[in-house]
Parts: sequence; structure tokens; C-alpha cells
Amino acid sequence: MSWRPDASIGMLHMRAAWLKQIRTFFDARNVLEVETPILAPTTVTDPHIDSLKCRFRHRDYYLQTSPEFHMKRLLAAGSGPIYQISRVLRDDGPGRLHNPEFTLLEWYRPGFDQARLMQEIYELLARLCEPESANWDQNIAVISYRDLFGKYTDIDPLEEDMTAFLAWCDSSDHECPIDTTDSWDTALNWALSIVIQPQMKGLCFVKDYPADQAALAKVSTEDPRISRRFELYADGIEIANGFEELTDAKEQRRHFERDNRQRRLYGQEPIAIDEQFLAALEHGIPDTSGVALGLDRLLLWSSDVKSIRRTMTFGWQE
Amino acid sequence: MCGLKQSHTYVLEEKMASYNTNEFRSGLKIMLDDNPYNIIENEFVKLGKGQAFNRVKVRNLKTGQVIDKTFKSGEKVRAADIMDTDMQYLYSDGEYWHFMDQATYEQVQADKMAVGDQAQWLKEQAICKVILWNGSPIGIEPPNFVNLTVTETEPGVRGDTAQGGVKPATLETGATVRVPLFIEIGDLLKIDTRTSEYVSRAKDK
Repeated sequence: MSWRPDASIGMLHMRAAWLKQIRTFFDARNVLEVETPILAPTTVTDPHIDSLKCRFRHRDYYLQTSPEFHMKRLLAAGSGPIYQISRVLRDDGPGRLHNPEFTLLEWYRPGFDQARLMQEIYELLARLCEPESANWDQNIAVISYRDLFGKYTDIDPLEEDMTAFLAWCDSSDHECPIDTTDSWDTALNWALSIVIQPQMKGLCFVKDYPADQAALAKVSTEDPRISRRFELYADGIEIANGFEELTDAKEQRRHFERDNRQRRLYGQEPIAIDEQFLAALEHGIPDTSGVALGLDRLLLWSSDVKSIRRTMTFGWQE
Repeated sequence: MCGLKQSHTYVLEEKMASYNTNEFRSGLKIMLDDNPYNIIENEFVKLGKGQAFNRVKVRNLKTGQVIDKTFKSGEKVRAADIMDTDMQYLYSDGEYWHFMDQATYEQVQADKMAVGDQAQWLKEQAICKVILWNGSPIGIEPPNFVNLTVTETEPGVRGDTAQGGVKPATLETGATVRVPLFIEIGDLLKIDTRTSEYVSRAKDK
């Protein structure tokens, strides 16, 4: 009977040291630690994120996939800058980089633009990774989503051209499951996750995501095709996702409704819109940048273990 | 007993006619472009806010060719009706190799395509694994170790065991392996069929 933990004792110590460092880091910057519910009557509408559902007193509830909506309600209530080390759950995977239950470090910075938030992420990473990790690199590259595609493919992600995409697939060595019935979003996600990510080296911020892939982010005022969303990759592993947060309640409602139309189209169950979250936006939240960072994956990358379960006391059990 | 076993297999086939990608695991047998494949590796790949994919490495069970492939997660893939059965090798008639299931006495014949290079290790009465697709053999796995007699080799060199020199030797099944210099015609040798390497001299058949 295998009863032993998946993490080594060394990993337990590293994890505990990181939690302490994170709290010291944010405490010094006057960012308030908060805790929000894991079990709630609503959840995200994103068709690519599946929430686990459970019953409480004969009613359906969802296990939260991210603390985002609750944390934004705190911002609307005047919390000021906040962070949370939060256990979240998603109905996907499992895999080498996926555990259904994992830890997000999520924080919100009223008054920050995305550049300033990226700088803060860098400073936190330096604190966490530098002392221990051979992978730590002083320089984090910054590249736009469009330039990233230009570097590894012939695709312009901002010009929806499926014919050109499929022609590029044919000319590459990759056996591609994309056809004309797939959305542009799906095609781009395939190219990024199957072709580009495995080739990415070192730490890299990718910014200016296509607006279609950023339902909770502000759209750029210079180019309506791009959003103020960025991600952090470490040797091709997706580590963090951040935006300048969308604060317009009407725009947000339209995104939720579009998500639910897509859900119906894919045969997925539509999700009741989180009216409390929209009411909070309606009340008004300050201009804010926020980011969610996968703590387990950052530990994986820093420690060179092969699977995310090795960063967890007890990984997913079949 | 046999009847029961067969109807049970039939029910399983009916139920497992296709697999969802979330059932993928190594060892699963699936159909791609009308050919049976074995999943060697399966990895779930998903960006936080994007479509999920399964990246798999699969081996064509007829040709042995390994390819990489990605599926959109949630896709359904037809199951391949593959059964691995232990069978006794009976004989070859030059065109087909004949095997028998020792429990049912049922016989199957495998062609050159199915037997391939493994023919060189097949000795009558040996128990082999026969890979059946829709009931027909598409591959053979001989035992990991077989004992075969040397039929042809250069004369042995006595007292040269420490030198570590090797020479070719032909075995009773036609296979050629590299053996130590002291091996002589008529010697019985233990051979690893996975590496085609001489292991040791064997005492009995």
C-alpha cells in the first residue's frame, strides 16, 4: 500500500519557505492578505474552464476555479491592494503539468498598469527563485503575442485567416487536428501549446494577447484587436496570467453572455451569470491590474522535478 | 466456459466501441485512418484560457511505425479490437506461420507481414504472444529468451575464453548472432530475442 507523500521532505521545506517569503514580500508592500470562499453558487462562464459541481442542501454549488470574482468584490468594497494564496479546482487533466486541485497566488494592484505589475512579478520571482534555482535568469524577455507567433510560425494571430493557417500546418512537420470548423481561437491555442511552447526557453513575458482571448481584460486603446493581457512562461511552461482588469459592468455582461452562447453551441451547460460580481463592477472598482500565478508550477520549474505532483504533499489520486 | 468467455468479450467490444480522449492512457488500442495503433505516451496539454489537447505518441501495430499526434480533448476515437493471446507455434508452410491457442485448440495463420523479423526466433512448440486484430494475427512476440542450437560457425578456439573475441554463428532457425570464439557447432545457446544477443550456453532445450 503506497501511503507516502509525493513531495520530498526537501520540497516541503522549499514550499514552506516560499509561503513565508510571499507573505513577507506583500506585507512589506502593504498588500493585504485575504481569503475568499472555495464553494459558491456561481462560477466562471469561460467555455474552456470546467468547474466541479457539488450539492449542498439540495442545491448546486461550484468549487471555485479562481478567486477572481470574489477578490474583485473586495476591491469594489474599498479593500485596496490584496493578495491570496488560494486552493482552486478545475475539472481537467490530470497530467504532468495539471493537477485538478492546485494553488494559485493571485493579487490585485489598484493604480498599476500591466508594465508595473510585470515588474512586481519579476521582483517576487527574484526573491523566490534566485537563492535556490539554477534556472533563475536575471533577464526576463518581453515579447508580444504577435511577435511570438512571428518567431516560430508563419501565422499572424491578429489576422483571422484559416486558409493561411491550414497551409502553414501542411508545410510544418506537425500533424494538426485543426480544420475549418474550428474557431480561430482554437487554432491559435493549438499552435501555441503544441508547436510554440515546447520551443520557448527561459523566462518570458508574452503580452498584447488578441482581444478575443481576454474576456476579463481591458482592450488596448491603440489597437482594438489586442488586449492588455499578459502571461509569464518559464521554459515554455505557463506560469502566470495577468491583465489590466476590465471594469465596465456592461462590457463584462456581454462577455459572459457570449461565453454562454458558445457553451450552448459546444453542448456545454450554460453557467448562471454572477450578478453579485456584476453589481460590484456597477458600483465601481478602481483601475487595477491583477495576476494569477500557479505556485506549484513555479516550484516545479525552480526545483527541476518532472511532474507537478512532486511539488504537492499528495498529488491527484485515481 | 469458452462460450461464456466469448460472449463476455463481445459485450465489452460493444460497450467500448470508442474512447473519449480523457480515457487515453498508454497501452490503449485505437483506430486511426483504418489502422490499429497502440498509445505509447499521452499528455494532457491545456493553456489556462484555451482549448485542451491530448498530445500522444502512437505505434502502428501493423508496421511498428511511431508517430506524434494531437487530439482536441473531448474528441472520440474508435477503439481497435486488439487481443494479445499466448499461442503455441506449430510450423511454417513457407507462406504462413501457424499458431494454436492451447486452451481452445483454435488455430490461426500469420503471414510474412505479421511475423516479420521475428520469424528467425520461431522454434516449433514455443509459446509466443500473438497480437490479433479483429481475430487475425498482425504481430508476433516470441519469448524474451529462446534456446537454439548452432548449425554453422567457424571452428572453436579452445582456451581463448578470456579474449572476449566474437564470431558469427548461424542457429537452427536461420538467425545469425555474434557469439564468443569457443562456441562450436551443436552447442545450445540462450539468446535474448529483444536484442538478438547471445546470453550464455544453455544446458537443455
